[in-house]
Amino acid sequence: MITDHLIILQIIIPLIAAPFCVFIRNANVTWALATVISWICLAISITLMQQVMVTGEIIYELGGWAAPWGIEYRVDMLNAWVLVIVTSVGAVVTPYAKLSAEKEIDNDRLYIFYAMLLLCETGLLGITVTGDAFNLFVFLEISALSTYVLISMGKDRRGLTAAYRYLIMGTLGATFYITGVGLLYMQTGSLNIADLGKLIPDVADSRTVQAALAFMTVGLCVKLALFPLHMWLPNAYAFAPSVVTVFLAATATKVAVYALVRVIFTIFGGVDILEAVQISDVLIAMAIVAMFGGSAVAIYQTNIKRMLAYSSLAQIGYMILGLSMNSVLGVSAGLVHLFNHAMMKGGLFMVMGCVVYRIGSAKLGDMAGLGKQMPLTMGAFVLGGLSLIGVPLTVGFVSKWALLQAALEKGWWPIAVLIVISSLMAVVYIWRVVEVVYFQAAPAGRVAVKEAPLMMMIPMLTLIGAAYYFGIDGTTTMDIAGRAAESLIGGLK
Amino acid sequence: MMEFPGQLIYWIVVVMMMMGFYIVIAQGNFVKKIVGLNVFQVSVFLLYITMGKVNGGTAPILADGIEVFSNPLPHVLILTAIVVGVATTSLGLALVVRINEEYGTIEDDDILEQESDV
Repeated sequence: MITDHLIILQIIIPLIAAPFCVFIRNANVTWALATVISWICLAISITLMQQVMVTGEIIYELGGWAAPWGIEYRVDMLNAWVLVIVTSVGAVVTPYAKLSAEKEIDNDRLYIFYAMLLLCETGLLGITVTGDAFNLFVFLEISALSTYVLISMGKDRRGLTAAYRYLIMGTLGATFYITGVGLLYMQTGSLNIADLGKLIPDVADSRTVQAALAFMTVGLCVKLALFPLHMWLPNAYAFAPSVVTVFLAATATKVAVYALVRVIFTIFGGVDILEAVQISDVLIAMAIVAMFGGSAVAIYQTNIKRMLAYSSLAQIGYMILGLSMNSVLGVSAGLVHLFNHAMMKGGLFMVMGCVVYRIGSAKLGDMAGLGKQMPLTMGAFVLGGLSLIGVPLTVGFVSKWALLQAALEKGWWPIAVLIVISSLMAVVYIWRVVEVVYFQAAPAGRVAVKEAPLMMMIPMLTLIGAAYYFGIDGTTTMDIAGRAAESLIGGLK
Repeated sequence: MMEFPGQLIYWIVVVMMMMGFYIVIAQGNFVKKIVGLNVFQVSVFLLYITMGKVNGGTAPILADGIEVFSNPLPHVLILTAIVVGVATTSLGLALVVRINEEYGTIEDDDILEQESDV
């Protein structure tokens, strides 16, 4: 039955479609292909999610070789959740990509853009479904290499240096990660993530395993851009073509967070590693610095794409804060924020994509007066901004509320206060934009612009709408995140 | 306890790794940074290859008289990692070429200066 092979099809379909894009070479045909593929991926991931809800964990053995010798792909509630996040963003981004990419990327290289977009999605989905620690590295590099290309495709030359710097940091991070995997293999003789989880408790006291944990954590923290390893992110997001920024901001860091969750709660789940070596204190400290530092620097940015990138750093802080609380409530708050942040930040970057499409700039000064000329787009920005702040009825509120509850459950009221204060800092940087956009007259030299085309507006409004739909009724998302968190924490107690 | 000469190869791995890492951080030239990155990656390849070696072991071939053989898995993994390394290096160098075309330099300091002017 074809349904038995859904897990592998999820990876294979975009992987095979990518080289086809290079053969076809026609921008419109490759765009149509990428769009169809991304919707097929979404359909598969939703089907997988439904299967997991009914039957629990699904295991797929590649080539029929049983784990731990063969590579297995394993989908449980957490994987399915991340798959849905990645594929739904992918499905919304590809229709949006057409016009935005035509504007911001050399038109004779558009087919490469779509090939890379599909390859990047393949890598991200691969990281998510694989049950093998080394296979995860391979997918990590597939997604990373295609990301470097995507970032460098814009017309701004600073995209090239941003891509180069990310390549250096990203490769260091990935190499740290395989060093860790190698050390674990030396101690346990296994590469299977679930199998490692069973074998680690016996050897957890050895220095080799502890070094492995350090290498893997640091390597993945580079990938997810946790302070102080975030230096690559702001420029990469600011100078990449807008549509690339939308896709990366909404998916790439989320998948890296997922990989870190797997390392901490599955590979090292048997020994409750957050307590055993007190990395939770370090992670919490870094997360709080990221929350404040990211928001504070965002306030001073004049390029709004860069401002949103710094705001992403702060949001990553919230996710890591939730995970390092090591409780069901905390982890589910972190996991639900993966989805919620993907919706609102994806939506906000799409707004910026529309602005760049019309005025050719993401600078705050150039955006003066857009409130009258592009009312829907700017309205979407305000709505997305409210969600970043965490106003009730938005997804931002759902995740911050869950995070606050988790902090209070632990009795960490100072941290709860810090969460609230750092959220209020978002008011400042969103307000700066609102002020310029609504209360300043358009610069004299600029020709009046109108709303972006419908093909860009509809995906944008879909994401912002989702940010409110799941904000008003957060039970589905919280329920899924809660069940994923329970299976993770339950695995270790 | 660790015998020093017996574990020499691991010390080489550590020294190479730190050398590569240092070059990546300390050098301002974009090509030299990639060289450092390569040294860094190769040290990890060595780590993997070393761990698969069994003393007195031969290649893992199914034939009479072969009793002790090295673990082939780490070696195979490293073949994959080498391919990834080649891809990364070539992409990195391609980016350096493009950077040189756009900026006229591949020195970190000069590029930062040009970017701060804008």
